[in-house]
Amino acid sequence: MNTDLLFKEEERLVRDSIRHFVDEQVIPRLQLAHRNEEFPVELIPQFGKLGLLGSYLKGYGCAGLGAAAYGLVMQELERADSGIRSFCSVQGALVMWPIYTYGSPAQKQKYLPQLAKGERIGCFGLTEPDFGSNPAGMLTTAEKTAKGYRINGTKMWITNGHIADLALVWARCENKIRGFLVEKGTPGFTARPVKGKFSLRVSITSELHFEGCEVAQDALLPLAEGLKAPLGCLSEARYGIAWGAVGAANAVYHTALTYAKSRIVFGKPLAAHQLVQAKLAKMVQEITKSQLLCIQLARLKEEGTLEPHHISLAKMNNARMALDCAREARDILGANGIIDEYPVIRHMLNLETVNTYEGTEDIHRLVVGAEVTGISAFK
Amino acid sequence: MIKILVAVKRVLDFNLRVRLKPDGSGVDLANAKMSMNPFDEIAVEEAIRLKEKGVAGECVAVSIGPLANQETLRTALALGMDRGILITTDEEWEPLNVAKILKKTVEKESPQLVILGKQSIDGDHNQTGQMLAEILNWPQATCVSELKWQEEECLLTREIDTGLEVLAVKPPFIMTVDLRLNQPRYATLPNIMRAKQKPLSIEPLLNLNNSLTPRIKRLKVEPPPPRNSVKMLKTVEELVRHLKQEAKVI
Repeated sequence: MNTDLLFKEEERLVRDSIRHFVDEQVIPRLQLAHRNEEFPVELIPQFGKLGLLGSYLKGYGCAGLGAAAYGLVMQELERADSGIRSFCSVQGALVMWPIYTYGSPAQKQKYLPQLAKGERIGCFGLTEPDFGSNPAGMLTTAEKTAKGYRINGTKMWITNGHIADLALVWARCENKIRGFLVEKGTPGFTARPVKGKFSLRVSITSELHFEGCEVAQDALLPLAEGLKAPLGCLSEARYGIAWGAVGAANAVYHTALTYAKSRIVFGKPLAAHQLVQAKLAKMVQEITKSQLLCIQLARLKEEGTLEPHHISLAKMNNARMALDCAREARDILGANGIIDEYPVIRHMLNLETVNTYEGTEDIHRLVVGAEVTGISAFK
Repeated sequence: MIKILVAVKRVLDFNLRVRLKPDGSGVDLANAKMSMNPFDEIAVEEAIRLKEKGVAGECVAVSIGPLANQETLRTALALGMDRGILITTDEEWEPLNVAKILKKTVEKESPQLVILGKQSIDGDHNQTGQMLAEILNWPQATCVSELKWQEEECLLTREIDTGLEVLAVKPPFIMTVDLRLNQPRYATLPNIMRAKQKPLSIEPLLNLNNSLTPRIKRLKVEPPPPRNSVKMLKTVEELVRHLKQEAKVI
């Protein structure tokens, strides 16, 4: 379809540079990282050096990429692994973006340059053990004290949590939801790993605990007030996921295509069989549509008219599309589809998470549903 | 500090399988992904390293070809070159003519060092650098795999059939680079954005007094013959018989 022509020269340059990096430096590590349930932390300084962290912010050492170029970065990272893209999404869209958008000048100066270089790692604490799709019900509280605030509560499924130097924590404070920047080592703040995951094994997932955790007045993000502040962060991250899913789908499609062309079954390549061709053609069809959706999302973002329901539609469609492609690719690879020598089963397992986190497929469907009917099914 | 000129060529991406035009007149480049010639990436990297070491001042990249070559030059700028020159032409030139066109740029820009890839992965001529040195009457070091810049002269190691040859050369000179000279860096995202602001001039190809007459005529481009499938033999007797009767080598 020559969708390449829809990208500007600089956008293709960004994609190709990151693609080279991902092919040479990231993908070769993933088989073992996944098997051992480890995030390749040694890549973090390289992410910083290449400008992958907060790449679409301006100033503070960030590249200031346009929306499409940023999306292509997410796409290429997730072509490697959803966990790699998640790391960069959390750092950029869920930690740096809120500091950039809701933070004080002092907070921006203090944190953004180090976060951009990967010298500090951030995490985002919104979800709680009992409140995922309904963050408004959160139980974590921050009470005003003489010197600042005292935070109590638990956050769950927090990417980068126990390696983070800085946690952006959302808590109920004087009946409003507010954001707090809590540094590692603050008394009363602990984090522990979530183990036993069968998905996003390359990503670090944690549980955060706050027990009488005292922070100073300047830990508060001054401009973030109400649930719309963390939801604004999620819109940023979901935008990246819509692009990332295309990358994961590309990875499984190309693996399946290469495999089907070389594997001989009943005296001819697997790819010569009609049912297999139908599967491959369906993948190309869906990937192309999803990519076009992303490009439109980017152009809306660039002109400032992107709405949350646009992002919901694309995130819902693309995550499900990638998951379906991964399952088909797994099938085409037969027994080889379940072994980690090929990236397909890893992507397939990851995409179960991608379809669930940052708003489940059903929740996004209801966001779109509310938009088309004018009736919210949440309330 | 010296000024460096690096010549970069836009070629079919090395990952792609080459498709030929049905009429056999050449390679089909329609809608194909194009990239900087990999040896030229090494040339660009070396120029940037010399700049970072304080040996070089301004580093200029030059490319000859259609307007699409701006993308190749922009890549060079994103990697760290300071300025780009595109000499526009829709024709594909043979090495001697490329050398003649580059000579004009060298005369205009007055660099003390010109770096080129040892060859481009499309034509595989391995001639342009040598020819440019000849018509400029400059010293040349080709297929360089190691470079040591000293006070006045430069020590250049070349991989040759009998081992390693080390040349001492004083600027100005021409250097063509081999695979093992360095490992090119990735363009960082901030540098890609900065590259948009760097100057890139577009100049028409001058006639050069009609001296660019082609001397090489391309008759036909054909794909390599398909490989015959391998035959597995069971016994030595069978092998001997095949070598005698079919291969006719014994």
